[in-house]
Amino acid sequence: MTAQSATHTAPETGYNFAYLDEQTKRMIRRAILKAIAVPGYQVPFASREMPMPYGWGTGGVQVTASILGPDDVLKVIDQGSDDTTNAVSIRKFFKRTAGVRTTTRTGEATVIQTRHRIPEQPLGEGQVIVYQVPIPEPLRFLEPRETETRKLHALAEYGLMHVKLYEDIARHGHIATTYAYPVEVAGRYIMDPSPTPKFDNPKMHMMAGLQLFGAGREKRIYAIPPYTQVRSLDFEDHPFRIQTFSHPCALCAAEGVYLDEVVMDDRGGRMFVCSDTDSCEERREQGHRGAMLADTPAALKGESSHV
Amino acid sequence: MYVAVKGGEAAIDNAHRLLAHERRGDPSVPELSVTQVSEQLGLLVDRVMTEGSLYDRALAALALKQARGDLIEAVFLVRAFRTTLPRFGYSQPVDTARMEIRRRISATYKDLPGGQVLGPTFDYTHRLLDFMLEANGEPPQPPAEADAGAAEGDMPRVTDLLDAEGLIEPSSASDCDTVGDLTREPLTFPADRDLRLQALARGDEGFILALGYSTQRGYGRTHPFVSEVRVGEVAVELVPEEIGFAVPLGRLTVTECQMVNQFKGSAATPPQFTRGYGLVFGQSERKAMAMSLVDRSLRARELGEDAVAPAQDEEFVLSHADNLQATGFVEHLKLPHYVDFQAELDLVRRMRAEHEANHPYPLSEAAE
Repeated sequence: MTAQSATHTAPETGYNFAYLDEQTKRMIRRAILKAIAVPGYQVPFASREMPMPYGWGTGGVQVTASILGPDDVLKVIDQGSDDTTNAVSIRKFFKRTAGVRTTTRTGEATVIQTRHRIPEQPLGEGQVIVYQVPIPEPLRFLEPRETETRKLHALAEYGLMHVKLYEDIARHGHIATTYAYPVEVAGRYIMDPSPTPKFDNPKMHMMAGLQLFGAGREKRIYAIPPYTQVRSLDFEDHPFRIQTFSHPCALCAAEGVYLDEVVMDDRGGRMFVCSDTDSCEERREQGHRGAMLADTPAALKGESSHV
Repeated sequence: MYVAVKGGEAAIDNAHRLLAHERRGDPSVPELSVTQVSEQLGLLVDRVMTEGSLYDRALAALALKQARGDLIEAVFLVRAFRTTLPRFGYSQPVDTARMEIRRRISATYKDLPGGQVLGPTFDYTHRLLDFMLEANGEPPQPPAEADAGAAEGDMPRVTDLLDAEGLIEPSSASDCDTVGDLTREPLTFPADRDLRLQALARGDEGFILALGYSTQRGYGRTHPFVSEVRVGEVAVELVPEEIGFAVPLGRLTVTECQMVNQFKGSAATPPQFTRGYGLVFGQSERKAMAMSLVDRSLRARELGEDAVAPAQDEEFVLSHADNLQATGFVEHLKLPHYVDFQAELDLVRRMRAEHEANHPYPLSEAAE
């Protein structure tokens, strides 16, 4: 995040730098500051109507637009990849309206907007990750009413959630939540980490970077400041466990990373490749070679030009 | 392939070029002008203005053309434009009693001061396809002289007549002291009536219609009468601080519906009719009427009624009335979800493996 002057003109004529007007940015920054001050608490904010649909990242886009300065370097990912259509679209939006430098390299970015993943490479101090959030309320599917859930948070009355997790164990033998797995932030609020796979939950704990969450349709912003305790809910006899994969990445041979399953044919052929495409490419550049690298279609390898 | 591969940007650009091509349709057919849309599809333009919360016929018509006639997409374009507009002030409340009437009907009185004015309406038309229109037949006859201009004379609101007798709850001026704006402040619950009315006015016509209909079928019945529906032009006035008096900004066509609903007294207050209110841009009696039904139902808390039906549940109604929010979230399911799906795949496979380990024989055999 860098300071920016209000007079900076946007490359797209007729709109302010990064689309939103400065008053709106100020309102959103206030919500962000409050969110940082009360980690995990959902701060209502006057979400604007954006030129992309609700549910497609309007919350994340508003947060990014409010913190972006002309010297920032922006990375946008969706499902871990820089090249999924919506990530391309959002990156292009900021190129057009803010003219900032964009990158696919996790290490180079100062602001990373994401949907559904946290990059494999740990974030450093000074980096900000902005999550797009569809349903910010972790208790929503246990209690549909906002008036009720706000009370439950205020009283830290989280019995419902523990009962839900317990019922999972009673029914299935383990907790059957694989993504949007609830966490407790700084020992106080229960928070929805957005629909990232629970594989990514440990990365949120004591992260050096600032984590901001924007839910546009639901008009909520929340945050985890750097170096904050984030605990995935569990029980002593059923400790939290992340997903494990039995194969390494078929392209870069990485282990201990989140993999996507790619269907190769209609006869059961499958390959497992890194969900984080940037991490995968960097490893291949460093000479790591997966078992199927040679016979993978060029498109999947990501070898055509960088966007 | 729409995800995961390099070159997504080119694919998106190409898709949009194709869209522009499809929008134009057969180039041998003359292109539709924005003026044609605003003049000849006027009610559609009205609806885009109402749900887009922006009174601008030309922009709404342009949005409809750009959206290939997709109503919600047109509302989207208008709203995304509206959000960038600066606010330079708030107008004075429009006075619908001073409306230049084009149509005004009351279902509660046979005749009343100002009379019943049918005006332009589909009511009582026989819905027979007019094949002359398809053949671009002769222009319609000019309207009859007496109906052409605005109705003459005094046209008091029917609810004001009831109010004079004390038969209906007063609609106090203090209601409009500070009016909220849900496009500038996040909506919180419980919401006051000003915000509820704003949400209903912007809300999807189909959704509000269905909810209003549900109250008539017993899900939170309110015993409504249309005291009045009026359509016409009202003046919008603004008081600039430096001048200190109201100056006219322009005129709006609006449809207003005042619903009169069954009374309920208490020990402290004698029985009185209650109100439901609807106001929309342009001519849309369906929306204004449905809105006033739902408005009345949403006053359940205030009037001490049990909130048992969907139309009385403000969190339910207000959270789901906006068609942009609804369509965005429904259609976002088109976005890639393969990371989460992978997590679910993994879990289902594991659970199936556990199930197989615990039940080595198929259930059907075990049962025999």
